[in-house]
Amino acid sequence: MSLTILAVDDSRTMRDMIRMALAPSGFTVHVAEDGIHGLEVLDGIDPDAIITDINMPRMDGFGFIDAVRGQDDHRATPILVLTTESAPELKMRARNAGATGWIVKPFDPVKLVKALHMVAG
Amino acid sequence: MSDQNDPMAEIRASFFIECEELLEALQDGLSEMDEGSEDPETINVVFRAVHSIKGGAGAFGLEPLVRFAHRYETVLDEVRSGRLSPDHEGQKLFFQAADHLSDLVRACRDDATVPEDQSQALLDQLNGLLGEQEEDTEVTPEEFEPLGLSLDLPDLDALPAPALTTYTIRFKPEAELYETGNEPQMLLRNLGELGEAQVSCDTSALPSLAELSPETPYVAWTIRLQTAAAEPEIREVFEFVEGLCELTISDASDTEESPPAETLPDAPATIALAGPATDPVEPEEAAAPSPDTPRKSGSGAAAKSVVRVDLERIERLVNLVGELVINQAMLSQSLEQAGLSPHSDAMNGLEEFQRLTRDIQDSVMMIRAQPVKSLFQRMSRIVREASAAVGKEVRLVTEGEATEVDKTVIERLADPLTHMIRNAVDHGLENNEARASSGKPSEGTVRLTAAHRSGRVIIEVSDDGSGIDRPRVLKIATEKGLVPPDVQMTEAEIDNLLFMPGFSTAGKVSNLSGRGVGMDVVRTAIQSLGGRINIFSERGKGTTFSISLPLTLAVLDGMVVRVANETLVLPLNVVVETLSLGPGDVQMLRPGAFVVRVRGGFVPLYDLGVILGYRGPLQDHDRGIVLLIALEDGNRAALVIDGIEDQRQVVIKGLDESFYRAPGIAAATILGDGQIALILDPSDVIASAGSIRPKDRALAERMVEHG
Amino acid sequence: MADNTTAKDLELLTFRVADQEYSLDIMSVREICGWTRTTPMPHAPAFMRGVINLRGTVLPVMDLALRLNMQSQKTSDRNVIIVVTLNGTLTGLLVDAVSDIVAISVEDLQTPPEMSSDPQSTVVRALTVIDDRMIRVLDLAAIVPSGTEEVA
Repeated sequence: MSLTILAVDDSRTMRDMIRMALAPSGFTVHVAEDGIHGLEVLDGIDPDAIITDINMPRMDGFGFIDAVRGQDDHRATPILVLTTESAPELKMRARNAGATGWIVKPFDPVKLVKALHMVAG
Repeated sequence: MSDQNDPMAEIRASFFIECEELLEALQDGLSEMDEGSEDPETINVVFRAVHSIKGGAGAFGLEPLVRFAHRYETVLDEVRSGRLSPDHEGQKLFFQAADHLSDLVRACRDDATVPEDQSQALLDQLNGLLGEQEEDTEVTPEEFEPLGLSLDLPDLDALPAPALTTYTIRFKPEAELYETGNEPQMLLRNLGELGEAQVSCDTSALPSLAELSPETPYVAWTIRLQTAAAEPEIREVFEFVEGLCELTISDASDTEESPPAETLPDAPATIALAGPATDPVEPEEAAAPSPDTPRKSGSGAAAKSVVRVDLERIERLVNLVGELVINQAMLSQSLEQAGLSPHSDAMNGLEEFQRLTRDIQDSVMMIRAQPVKSLFQRMSRIVREASAAVGKEVRLVTEGEATEVDKTVIERLADPLTHMIRNAVDHGLENNEARASSGKPSEGTVRLTAAHRSGRVIIEVSDDGSGIDRPRVLKIATEKGLVPPDVQMTEAEIDNLLFMPGFSTAGKVSNLSGRGVGMDVVRTAIQSLGGRINIFSERGKGTTFSISLPLTLAVLDGMVVRVANETLVLPLNVVVETLSLGPGDVQMLRPGAFVVRVRGGFVPLYDLGVILGYRGPLQDHDRGIVLLIALEDGNRAALVIDGIEDQRQVVIKGLDESFYRAPGIAAATILGDGQIALILDPSDVIASAGSIRPKDRALAERMVEHG
Repeated sequence: MADNTTAKDLELLTFRVADQEYSLDIMSVREICGWTRTTPMPHAPAFMRGVINLRGTVLPVMDLALRLNMQSQKTSDRNVIIVVTLNGTLTGLLVDAVSDIVAISVEDLQTPPEMSSDPQSTVVRALTVIDDRMIRVLDLAAIVPSGTEEVA
């Protein structure tokens, strides 16, 4: 059940946290610093799921999801949005942009792993 | 979750480093906003900085930081969305909040006491900006539950073995479910993990193959789930697809027509999904370390990320490159001596080697170089606090924040600069009324600038205050016995009295500039960095302190000279000019003290060979060579040398006390021939010589003025 | 050279300074290099001969004869510099010549007799006899300046 994950977040701390949360489960974690970088990294890999932050420079999470969904290869790749707000309207916005689900920061590593398994196997 | 290397602690440390970067971005953004930036990205950057700090703080359970950052972020979000536009006071509050945020970050980092009173005051003020309607966006505890607590949840869940319930779940996806990357098979499998599930698929809506359009949901599922889980847990499986499907969940346990689960094991189109009935989150798997856990393989994609390197490794690299430079110089010297043609392949190759060596040296120096921005940002806070403490309106204007300086220089400049900035606010600037009455804008201006100028870094602190009150300075210096009464001094000399130990012009010791620390300490700090500090002041217009620093502490543009068969290096930038002495150029001031005529004026003359104990005094200075040196106090001096050998960059090698280093010997370097040459600090050399007292120097300078 | 009896737990580097034989624990010796011109340090004590370039490191060199209050010999190419390390700091000791490396046992060391008038008594920590010659074992810490102590 080793999954390949792309995590996009402008915060180094968050990227480290995600990596630390997923590494013990044998996940391969690729990271990117913003939406644009995320698309660049995505170009070379075929992740089982993508985790993305919303507030990022250059290209935010909504833009990133939109761009990923526009690619034939990743139209159905599960995307989880990391959000500090559990506000319903943000979830709706994320879903409208094409997000598969969401994780509320600060996330519990176990729940993150569970959520990824839920959407990606 | 605790690991042998405690990755949490590592990430925590890295979080605080990131916080520093974010705080810097925050300061930058606020400054831009303050200057009237209309760029929407500016407020975005500001918002994101606070947002990211909050996010990380939440992960580490840093409650006070989260609480403050959350409110700050909420207000900034109002600005971002255009619902709030801060006035001057609001902007000031944002700066204060940023300062406080940085205090909180550091308090959390150092496990120090968090200044909660201050938090509350600022939170109230931020609330004031929001108005009443935003009161409900209080942070709820479950949103920011510290990480450590939630880790225990799986265990708690696993404890009891409650009675099993059978649910009937009907689930019909809509098209959007697929568009968001959700997958019914996954949902069914996840349900299966809650208990024992019989899934029957309703394909009645499925069209013939020819009419089938991809990703159009034709199928519905009915699942009979026997589980210990309660309905909310089942709903959780469908959390992400809520609203993207038709979903009904009913408790089938007590419904009569529901057959026992065992009776339908091999019904067609039924998939049996078995899973651990009481262990919904597979904690073993989540916690089991996998041998090929790829921390490294994951990092491959982060090509743009910054590498943090132990400073010692950089030092080592700098040293090695220094040796490379020396080796290259030695090689080039021996090739020249071998009489090779300048057009030979070897000499051409050497030229290329020299160029590469220089490039490597520059690049290595660049590693240690950092923009002064972080330093300047700290100063903007000093100005805010200092001006608030003395009740003056002060604006800090900074220039050249991108100027890069050696990291060590930046670190060691913080204290002297802080002191100078406080001085400027406290003593340099008049109070608001005095400014108004002299026709100046009531808001005082402190300028902090950095620039590269002829191979050095110039950092200036200036104010538009009243300038140095020279009669008063002189009076205080006389009263304190720092100068003899009735001494005649130039303006520059009077200004330099400020650097004398024990001098303080403040009529009353304010709690701002503090007591005991004077400009002499500032000057010592600057000098220890190989720098100089000068004052320029104009009555009524203001005062400027100018610090001149070497670009790096590792190399020096030097003038290589010979004195009594010894090779010495002087910093090139102190050499004003070189003169060759003619008859009558040197005059005796009194026995043992000489001056030299320089274009009609007189400058005190020092014989380096004598000062350094290499030889006795020369009988005849005729045809000797002197270097005209600019001293740190603004005076000039002439140094007698035997000859000039070269002007070149030298690698500085430190000398510690075990070398019996005399005053004036700043460091050493290794020359092209492998010999060691000492690097002199001319000001120190002359100060240690002591043969000509300041009074004589003052006299000599006046002779220059009237000569 | 000493013979192969057991319990030779101390190795000494013996050398000549002003026609006298001295030695140092070999563990404190980093290397031995030939004499090269030193760059004098202005206003340093006379025994501080100056600094040399040891492969890119600035190495202070002491004239051991002067340090031991003996007449300094005329230096030539035959002189050698013993590079010693003390608390991580390298220092060069200028000596006339290096003689030998001898292995002795700690029991062979004798405490030098108390002679308050002897200016060397503080720097010689032990005496031993090898092939009928008296060898002085120097106390490196007493010779090499440590930090602020004795700084001119």
